[in-house]
Amino acid sequence: MYGYKDYPAKEIKFAVVQTAMIRRSFYSQRQYFVIAIILGIFLIYLIKLFYIQVISDKYRILAESNVRRTLVQYPPRGVIYDRNGKVLVTNEPAYDLMVIPRQVKNPDTAELCRLLDIESKVFRDKLRKARGYSPYKASIFIEQLSRESYGFLQEKLYKFPGFFVQPRTLRRYPQATAANVLGYVGEVNPAEIEANPYYKMGDYVGKSGIEKSYEKELRGEKGLRIVMVDVFNREKGRFEEGRYDQPQVQGKDLTSSIDLDLQLYAEKLMAGKRGSIVAIEPSTGEILAMVTAPSYDPNLLIGRKRAKNYSQLVNDEQKPLFNRAIQATYPPGSTFKLVVGLVGLEEGVLTPATRYGCSGKASKPIACTHSHYSPLDLIGAIEQSCNPYFWNVFRTSIDRFGYTNTSVGFTEWRRMVTSFGFSTTIAADLLQQSKGNIPTIKYYDKYFGKNGWRSLTVRSLAIGQGEILVTPLQLANLSATIANRGFYYSPHIVKKVAGVPLRFEKKVTAISPNNFLPVIEGMEHVFQGGSGTARWYAIDSIIACGKTGTVQNPHGKDHSLFIAFAPRENPRIAISVVIENAGFGATWAVPIASLILERYLKGRVVRPELEERMSSANLIGE
Amino acid sequence: MKKRRPFLYNVDRTMIIIYLLMMLLGWLNIYAAVYDEAHKSIFDLDLSYGKQALWIFTSLIISSVILMTEPRFFSSFAYVIYGGMMLLLVAVLGIGKEVAGSKSWIGFGEFSLQPAEFAKFATALALAAYLGNINTNLSRPFTRIIVGFLLLIPMALILLQNDTGSALVYFSFILVLFREGLSGGFLIAGLIGAVLFVLALLINQWILIGSIAVIVLLIGYFFYRPGHRPWAVLIVVGVMGMGYVFGVEYAFEKVLEPHQKTRINVLLGKETDLKGAGYNVHQSLIAIGSGGVAGKGYLKGTQTKYNYVPEQSTDFIFCTVGEEWGFLGSLAVLGLFSTLIVRIITLAERQRSAFSRIYGYGVASILFFHVAINIGMTIGLLPVIGIPLPFFSYGGSSLWAFTVLLMIFIKIDSHRQELV
Repeated sequence: MYGYKDYPAKEIKFAVVQTAMIRRSFYSQRQYFVIAIILGIFLIYLIKLFYIQVISDKYRILAESNVRRTLVQYPPRGVIYDRNGKVLVTNEPAYDLMVIPRQVKNPDTAELCRLLDIESKVFRDKLRKARGYSPYKASIFIEQLSRESYGFLQEKLYKFPGFFVQPRTLRRYPQATAANVLGYVGEVNPAEIEANPYYKMGDYVGKSGIEKSYEKELRGEKGLRIVMVDVFNREKGRFEEGRYDQPQVQGKDLTSSIDLDLQLYAEKLMAGKRGSIVAIEPSTGEILAMVTAPSYDPNLLIGRKRAKNYSQLVNDEQKPLFNRAIQATYPPGSTFKLVVGLVGLEEGVLTPATRYGCSGKASKPIACTHSHYSPLDLIGAIEQSCNPYFWNVFRTSIDRFGYTNTSVGFTEWRRMVTSFGFSTTIAADLLQQSKGNIPTIKYYDKYFGKNGWRSLTVRSLAIGQGEILVTPLQLANLSATIANRGFYYSPHIVKKVAGVPLRFEKKVTAISPNNFLPVIEGMEHVFQGGSGTARWYAIDSIIACGKTGTVQNPHGKDHSLFIAFAPRENPRIAISVVIENAGFGATWAVPIASLILERYLKGRVVRPELEERMSSANLIGE
Repeated sequence: MKKRRPFLYNVDRTMIIIYLLMMLLGWLNIYAAVYDEAHKSIFDLDLSYGKQALWIFTSLIISSVILMTEPRFFSSFAYVIYGGMMLLLVAVLGIGKEVAGSKSWIGFGEFSLQPAEFAKFATALALAAYLGNINTNLSRPFTRIIVGFLLLIPMALILLQNDTGSALVYFSFILVLFREGLSGGFLIAGLIGAVLFVLALLINQWILIGSIAVIVLLIGYFFYRPGHRPWAVLIVVGVMGMGYVFGVEYAFEKVLEPHQKTRINVLLGKETDLKGAGYNVHQSLIAIGSGGVAGKGYLKGTQTKYNYVPEQSTDFIFCTVGEEWGFLGSLAVLGLFSTLIVRIITLAERQRSAFSRIYGYGVASILFFHVAINIGMTIGLLPVIGIPLPFFSYGGSSLWAFTVLLMIFIKIDSHRQELV
């Protein structure tokens, strides 16, 4: 083809008209090329669109994760009441600030830090930690905001995408009491998450005491609410009309067997002392009071200050987190003479009228700590806590099948002793109980060689010393068992879950009921008898039964022990009192037990001076 | 001289219908993009869909005015219109107000206009007028220089306003020039340039330069005919290619603004900052990609409704289409644009006058460039370049400008039997 230059000059007019035509036809094939380019590019776009819209579901998932926010609904934990319906543990609202790191967009860090009252370095560290956990999942940024800072924050929160507030409940203890019994609640640790998939990071779980043993009842079931949020994190409605929501189930309320009034009173008496008090209702096994001293204010282990306070409590030399009532073990001392006597009666090697002589401090092989009329019968021996008498009873028990047949006699003896719940964890719903120890023949065989030991070798068992160890709870249970004349219900701290009474096992000892009568008679004399070891603290118009004990302590002053129950007929309360490093049982444990019995049975105490002297005494060495 | 003909005499119905349909769809999608359950009033002039309704209405008035104008007016006054627009572009540099970093708006009370939008049709007119002249020949340097000036003046002025996207639109005229006889070598050079640009940013420049040298030598070896193509040309092309690679490196580091650099890096996958520069594209992809085959349903797009996609009623309006209408919706919109553009090209080819044909190609090229850049950006195939989707995006200036652009062609097409 030709350009217009190819035309002769005189034909230029013609060319002018024709050029447009020529160019049109000459290059008009190029229209298809242009159209091909345009359609080609649109085709590429369609392929890409087909891929991202139809084939891949990556973006659908991302879109959902953009707008979908799963809010965990934490039901309030169950409230714990005392046996009379008074509140022991309740809840108060708290607010956790949560973060989803992926959604955090260049925030005005300075303003957020100011609202939260933290430094920007802390802010960055926390954000990094959260990202380390998961960039996509919510984790706690700051736990338990105060109500005021929550108020400030709430209005500004829309400015900080990726942050939101999760309402929670915290425990509150209206009375700073029974800390070790109630236990505390804390964030789950990795091991707990591993053990139970129900728990997710940041959840709370009972860590000790009732909070732990009744965790499942108290916690309820978490709920899920799935909502849609906009780019500013504002809630815009429920995801798919709430089809995937899960309702939360509220925690169940518990009724504890604790008598709050008695518990507070017993704690007051234990102020400045080291030891414990356990009171049980004999007819049910319900624990009326459980005091360990020194203790702590349970409100210390709530909220943000928990970690700091916890490490302080852990490092405290007085071990306030140690629940002496169930974790500490002591030799039972003279209180164990009751058991020795009961076994003797049951085996028939002892009758109430049996008398043994006593030469006081000159007695062999075990001296008596004080001088008294001799020979005493069983009741007198209990009243005056005669060591030689019970050595003789013990000896006849062990040597029942012959002097050299120790192991048979011992095995039988041990069977009867352990039927009182010694050497086992007796409480049904308390954690971390010590079993205590009643030595076995295996132990002595190992120590002295087979057949290398005799009743004389293990004579200290007769007066509750030596290898034998019991917890204050086991002592209280012993008292309750004697009060019941031969049986006990597993001691427990919770009697009802959501109003439904719990049932507990009844356990019967190896001792027949009749054999308890002379022993109870002796225990009554401890209070009422002319030379009873607790005679100074008899309670007006109430017949109480008790037994003192003084436990030799190689590390310091003797421990003061006392067990008692009252009234003698249809007993309503059995108690053990252990005061460490307090000297004779009669000096401290007896008056404290006496005051508690009076308080519980009469509702008031008519011995204010004694009360004052006991509660104000400080027996912890400074 | 002529008797007056009816208002819509001989106009192409297909283009008119597509035009009206697109404005309607655009409005529906703008409504969806700003939809809020709390505010359901449809004609609220405080909200963008209310204003867009006003723009659509005024666009119809403008269309009528253009359809009543003598087509000869546009060819006769092409240079005047062009000159006027260039003056406006200069003026905006002085009296314009700055919006989001670009000084490209002239305010009239409450409303403001963007001269850059109108400069496109003016340039198309001027180019058509010039190339329609028989004394022009695109193989002649003089013609090329004049054409170059016609295009570079608005480009430069718009670049001075800091509106890179609108300036780039003028590259689309290469399709017009190609149709009018510009050597296909320019298209190929442009393509190679684009490929080298991307490669220069992705690959070590020394490796790239080495590769160019090897390719040049191979071509020389296999296609060498004695006395035919001299080696010198090949070597010059090779050296220019190498220089270009250095230039890209330099331009990228020194000339481009930081945000433009990150946009390109994000596209090339060299950066994955999903919170900063990559955020828009990422959210846009999520919106479109989550639409599925048939979409989430009108007003049900969570990405758009809950504001995850930024600029969703203007530059990212296609997200709403993709999310709420799905692949079928995307297909329909691309189909409408393809039909319109191919229709314009076909009609341009049937014009008797060169002016009409060239203007038609100008319209097709500008529309194509806008659609390609805008949708390419929303689906992550091109870097983020903020130019509107014709007839869909919210905005008075762009809607008016595209209306004028298209209506002038529809008008002169209705007189296609005449030499305008």
